[in-house]
Amino acid sequence: MEKTSKNNPLEGITKEKTQSMVEKTLDLYPEKARKKRAPHMSANDPDDAGCAIRSNRKTVPGVMSARGCAYAGAKGVVWGPIRDMVHVSHGPVGCGYYSWGTRRNLVDGTSGVDVFSAMQFTSDFQERDIVYGGDKKLGVLCREAKELFPLAKGISVLSECPVGLIGDDINAVAKESSKELDIPVIPCNCEGFRGVSQSLGHHISNDTIRDYVIGTREFSEPIGDYDVAIIGDYNIGGDAWASKKVLEEIGLNVKAVWTGDGQIEHIAATHQVKLNLIHCYRSMNYMAKIMEEKYGVPNMEFNFFGPTKIAESLRAIAARFDEKIQQKAEEVIARHNVEMQKVIDEYRPRLEGKRVLIFVGGLRPRHTIGAYEDLGMKVIASGYEFAHTDDYDKTYPEMDKGTLIFDDASEIELEKWVEEFRPDLVASGVKEKYVFQKAGVPFRQMHSWDYSGPYHAYDGFPIFARDMDMAINSPTWKLVKSPF
Amino acid sequence: MAKKLRQLAIYGKGGIGKSTTTQNTVAGLAAMGKKILIIGCDPKADSTRLILHSKAQETVMDKVRELGTVEDLELEDVLREGYAGVRCVESGGPEPGVGCAGRGVITAINFLEEEGAYTPDLDFVFYDVLGDVVCGGFAMPIRENKAQEIYIVVSGEMMAMYAANNICKGIVKYASSGSVRLGGLICNSRNTDKEKELIEALAARLGTQMIHYVPRDNQVQRAELRRMTVIEYSPEHQQAQEYRELARKIDENEMLVVPTPIEIDDLEELLMEFGIIEAEDETIIGKAENA
Repeated sequence: MEKTSKNNPLEGITKEKTQSMVEKTLDLYPEKARKKRAPHMSANDPDDAGCAIRSNRKTVPGVMSARGCAYAGAKGVVWGPIRDMVHVSHGPVGCGYYSWGTRRNLVDGTSGVDVFSAMQFTSDFQERDIVYGGDKKLGVLCREAKELFPLAKGISVLSECPVGLIGDDINAVAKESSKELDIPVIPCNCEGFRGVSQSLGHHISNDTIRDYVIGTREFSEPIGDYDVAIIGDYNIGGDAWASKKVLEEIGLNVKAVWTGDGQIEHIAATHQVKLNLIHCYRSMNYMAKIMEEKYGVPNMEFNFFGPTKIAESLRAIAARFDEKIQQKAEEVIARHNVEMQKVIDEYRPRLEGKRVLIFVGGLRPRHTIGAYEDLGMKVIASGYEFAHTDDYDKTYPEMDKGTLIFDDASEIELEKWVEEFRPDLVASGVKEKYVFQKAGVPFRQMHSWDYSGPYHAYDGFPIFARDMDMAINSPTWKLVKSPF
Repeated sequence: MAKKLRQLAIYGKGGIGKSTTTQNTVAGLAAMGKKILIIGCDPKADSTRLILHSKAQETVMDKVRELGTVEDLELEDVLREGYAGVRCVESGGPEPGVGCAGRGVITAINFLEEEGAYTPDLDFVFYDVLGDVVCGGFAMPIRENKAQEIYIVVSGEMMAMYAANNICKGIVKYASSGSVRLGGLICNSRNTDKEKELIEALAARLGTQMIHYVPRDNQVQRAELRRMTVIEYSPEHQQAQEYRELARKIDENEMLVVPTPIEIDDLEELLMEFGIIEAEDETIIGKAENA
């Protein structure tokens, strides 16, 4: 795998040209919006002392945003994938219905028996519940859930907006129900109107796990020196299983996954592991920090996209353990690199030099760069929906000089950049997908891997390579004729 | 020719006598042959008991709770007719501390509109609203296309006057976006000193009128014990005459204004002028009795 330097400017891309494109983009806005949006986009320079992109601010009204809400961050990201709990969308039916099964968090087990994450539970508020409060209904719901699904290991209560407005005391109901039913009933005050994006929902959920879950259980078997947990892998298309497999190959025991295919009792005992491995930093760094402060569990970030980053990460992880693990890591890397090279040999000739614009959330705007580079591709623009400053600080050194780095982009900005940059692939979400496909630009939906995956680790890379090739080199594009 | 429906909302500090005044005034108007609908907008649901001779009528929200959804509710489930054909509805709502009483008012009024409770034969709709306009729900009756006239029940007590001034601030807000106007202050006497003059002066400052001074009379309580208005209980009594007079003045009232609420300092100055409060002595502020 070739090493790529970040300081060789890409052909046709300079800081000056990108900056002038940024100006042209901002010209699309009225003065007030322009002023607000200007700090959110910039031509990158990996030599800069830091990244000046402004982030985690309220979306400018009047633009179409790809962001979600605090409830979405709690239900869709953190809580939803925990497989053996009943997750209650507390409030009117819509929030629960439209967040039902959207992220393809795969699970082991039998749905409706010991696994409930593919089901949709809601208190389905009516006018009378708003006026008289939904407390009693919630209590009844918890009782019914336990009766219908006796193997449920707990219940999370995820507040929708109206619950916060009418001041329903879900914490009191949860406490009462927990005692009555003898399972954890966890109230999460993640009303959608709180904060500027789903990011606050992640934070609130982490705080709730801190207050109600962590440290409440211990693992049944004795603790070993090689016990670790994966933090921030949601098992989209089986990602966590692929990551777990590799970590186990190098001799580590993955005791818990937060929260993909997650089990609440394992999550509750995670404070006993020796090292927390963070994949999605944005959604779960809070809890990793708390486990470090409170229980002395160290943590580190890793990246399992593409063989270069996987190898780097495996070495860094192994360095935290003894020689036995380090040696095994080298063996695993060497063995897998043989197959990975075959994948690269097959796809790289067709993908060499192809350019990508990325606009997603969480960790992918920086973590997938290496995987594209393994295939000879170049990321020429990358942005996050709901990142914070620390994400950008980790991103800009990964990107080439003169590429575009941006935050919370709107449709019109994306359209402008695609028009100016002419990327060979747009990697973004379902809201963007059809806009660009209709414009004849190859697209991959990189929130839930476009019904594909896994993309993580050695199992994931061949699928990632195949999917990118399939999108970019599909014969479809030659068959489509513009009617205009 | 279709009659013009007048919609009135009665506001005022909690406990000032809004419901009693409203029902007695309505009885006075009904005795004049007017067709009236009273909508109680208070979870306590005590706005119609004197007209219906009942403890508390079944409310819109009670029925909604019982039936599950507002869509299953019929008008005849919640509309009752009482003294002189006065129609009564209570919005109802939760006990204090849970849910959203304001939404209950909105739900109930929307229901009444959709189900055609505002029939063309009506002369008046009276909204009797919870004392403290704590959220948007309790301002529902004065939004666009609802009550156009507001009457504030007030007495010579300081807090009642503060409340009246605050309600005027609310009216100014809604007056600018709709057609709501202040019709006047109704002084429900508490027998405080120079009460009539004080309220007249306050009315002048607020740019309105004291439409009527209702003297205090125990006959009101005697009637209430029988769950009746004075007008029904003792139509010949002087107090019944007072309410009929108030009813007549409201029926004939044409002075509808956007009020000019005053600053707290001005209000206190007015109270000082009438000897209700004394000039502030800065030296005593925050000092305990034994200090």
